[in-house]
Amino acid sequence: MHELHIATEIITIVQEEMATRRLSEVKAVGIRLGVLSGVDPEALTFGFEAATIDTPQSGAKLIIERIPVQGRCRSCKKDFQVEEFIFMCPHCCSTDMEITQGEELDVAYLVGE
Amino acid sequence: MNDKIPIEKKVLSENDRLAAEIRDRLTKKLIVSLNLVSSPGSGKTSLLERTLETLNSRLNMALIAGDVQTENDAMRLIRAGGKIVRPLITGGACHLDAKMVTRTLDELDLTDVDILFIENVGNLVCPSSYDLGEDMKVVLISTTEGDDKPLKYPAMFRRSSALIINKIDLLGLSDFDLDRVKKNAWSINAGLKTFEISCRTGAGLEAWYNWLTHLVAQKKETGAKIR
Repeated sequence: MHELHIATEIITIVQEEMATRRLSEVKAVGIRLGVLSGVDPEALTFGFEAATIDTPQSGAKLIIERIPVQGRCRSCKKDFQVEEFIFMCPHCCSTDMEITQGEELDVAYLVGE
Repeated sequence: MNDKIPIEKKVLSENDRLAAEIRDRLTKKLIVSLNLVSSPGSGKTSLLERTLETLNSRLNMALIAGDVQTENDAMRLIRAGGKIVRPLITGGACHLDAKMVTRTLDELDLTDVDILFIENVGNLVCPSSYDLGEDMKVVLISTTEGDDKPLKYPAMFRRSSALIINKIDLLGLSDFDLDRVKKNAWSINAGLKTFEISCRTGAGLEAWYNWLTHLVAQKKETGAKIR
């Protein structure tokens, strides 16, 4: 599983932001995690906790917002929620669509001072 | 202070930056790049061996063989006639990333190369998160696996452009159903181009070779990212 690597990338971003913004402490890291991102939230939380032991970030908690999958139909141009990984427009049944949300893997915010 | 400080940074922004550099580098040289993904044992290396044996006289191929341990796959590709082959050993990581691929590309002479194959680590989960700068992902599954595989790994099947169904010589020895696997795959990604092959008997491989030849011609003509 690659969640440990993802966690270390998050920690790198947190460290860079702490330095740039002169934060002495980060209490929480807000993560936006799409359902289609391929990353498991529990494994990510576990990896983050393991990777921050004995580091300045050890007190920080991950707050994960799960983003559901949404799409836009290229045929009828309507937006829709993708349910049960069925990638088909519920309005016109076209399968010609693009994913508009649900693949995110972002550091959205920090809570710190 | 409990205010949220907005950051809005992609976690894999560094990987994406390196992947964009790889993409740029390969596009400038008009090299078609394919990232082969599958579960362990579906036949990625066998497919590349057959491809080398048949197309080596017609196309210049470079290959990166990724694995957690051993250079076995790279050795197989060299024995099959691969002239530009490098192993990429992750030592533990369950996927390849753009940093690893950049380092390996630096070891390859890409002069006059038509097509680069990146054989990823056998894993249908983690590699879907990592852009390697490829033109497209090609996902393999074999008839000895479950035909609901596409439904179980939607992210990977969604992000792939082609599906190769290997080991069709073994159809009938399990409950794997060809129509069902294609229906499942197309329900995740309606645009998936499919190939039904057997690396062992050679069945169906002509269509794969023709498609590769077409991709190379298309790249030379348009110079753009191919689909």
